[in-house]
Amino acid sequence: MSQDREPLFSAKNMKLLKEPLDDSNPITVQVLGICSALAITVKLEPSVVMALSVVFVMAVSNVVVSLLRSSIPPRIRIIVQLTVIASLVILVDEFLAAFAYEVSKQLSVFVGLIITNCIIMGRLEAFALSNKPWPAFLDGVGNAAGYGVILVIVGFVRELFGSGTIWGYQVVPQSFYSGGYENNGLFILPPMALITVGIIIWVQRYRNRKLIEER
Amino acid sequence: MKQFSNTYIFTFSAIMVVTVAAVLSVVAMQLQPMQKKNVEINKKQNILLSLNIESSKDSVLAKYDRYITDSYVINSEGERKEGIDAFSVDLSKEIAKPVEERNLPVFVGTVKDSTQYVVPVRGKGLWGPIWGYVALKNDFNTIYGTNFSHDSETPGLGAEIANRPFQKQFIGKKIFNEQGDFVSVNVVKGGAPEGATHAVDGISGGTITSKGVDNMLEDVIGAYIPYFKQMRNKRS
Repeated sequence: MSQDREPLFSAKNMKLLKEPLDDSNPITVQVLGICSALAITVKLEPSVVMALSVVFVMAVSNVVVSLLRSSIPPRIRIIVQLTVIASLVILVDEFLAAFAYEVSKQLSVFVGLIITNCIIMGRLEAFALSNKPWPAFLDGVGNAAGYGVILVIVGFVRELFGSGTIWGYQVVPQSFYSGGYENNGLFILPPMALITVGIIIWVQRYRNRKLIEER
Repeated sequence: MKQFSNTYIFTFSAIMVVTVAAVLSVVAMQLQPMQKKNVEINKKQNILLSLNIESSKDSVLAKYDRYITDSYVINSEGERKEGIDAFSVDLSKEIAKPVEERNLPVFVGTVKDSTQYVVPVRGKGLWGPIWGYVALKNDFNTIYGTNFSHDSETPGLGAEIANRPFQKQFIGKKIFNEQGDFVSVNVVKGGAPEGATHAVDGISGGTITSKGVDNMLEDVIGAYIPYFKQMRNKRS
């Protein structure tokens, strides 16, 4: 029995974790979860909190659904998945309101909207329902991290150029402003997030040629 | 694919719902004290902001005690009501009542040896409630400062009401006209005329939220007018 058991971090399992970071990134390759990526990346801090919340929700919901996979009646599986995700999201929301009130105010409805983040239900349907808990956990963490990484990059860029700060600390020196530099207001608005994501996709495809579709 | 009977499906759903409900209610009850504390801190920060005092999470309680020297509740006739704590009055419940029955809180702030009177306001934005605080100078006419918050207004548009540049426009505006009638301060779409004393610029693209602020000021401050008039008469 123990011989045919796969090691915890076998090549196959590591692939589950790593692939979503690049080759099958939920945002830049599958273009899922764009709505929240545009809305909450004005500053770095909410981006990081959002990324962590999604990692938590996705990892736990993947494991729960994977554990229940043989007892969930297929006819109501979508409802079950939604219930699992929704309760986890409410947990996150409650904890944020208790321990990170400012951030929870900034994220406002978007914490609740994690429920509608298509990456999560997509992974539950496509992966957790037909795999064991451990690979499901890795898949969840991997995909959420792939989503989170893009969020953090976009949040970093937008906060730097839009407000001249990083994590709320002033990084663009006052001498720049005296010399005529101004924060770019466009970076505060959602369109710039879309453009930033576009640039990330461009850079990624330049580096990773196999993502380019054949004509 | 495995077949499941209807009984199984119903049992499964019932157990699932009960478990989820139990877990969520326990967590919500455990975290409630901390959440309440955060709300209180936030409310105090907002009241101080209407007096143009910035405070951090750690300094807010001390600053609140220093600057807010008194608070009381009045009715729509302008008479004081005893035995009600102004800070714990829930304005969302009060504005649902007819004007005569409302408890109207007043916070008295003392900044740089002059007295300001802070009144809470609450109304509707585009997507959800908006609320805030308006501080009046001791002539009960000139606005000393304002602070607005919102639940879910559109970021970059209606949500601008929560930013200081919008709020600072109100400073120095007057709520009574020269004849002594209440005219409120209007939030004007397309921009207030230069030098207007009863109007500020609305937010481009945030018309309904701007209108909401306009209505909120008129309706809620309206209920305080008998009190303000009394106080103005006493002064003159």
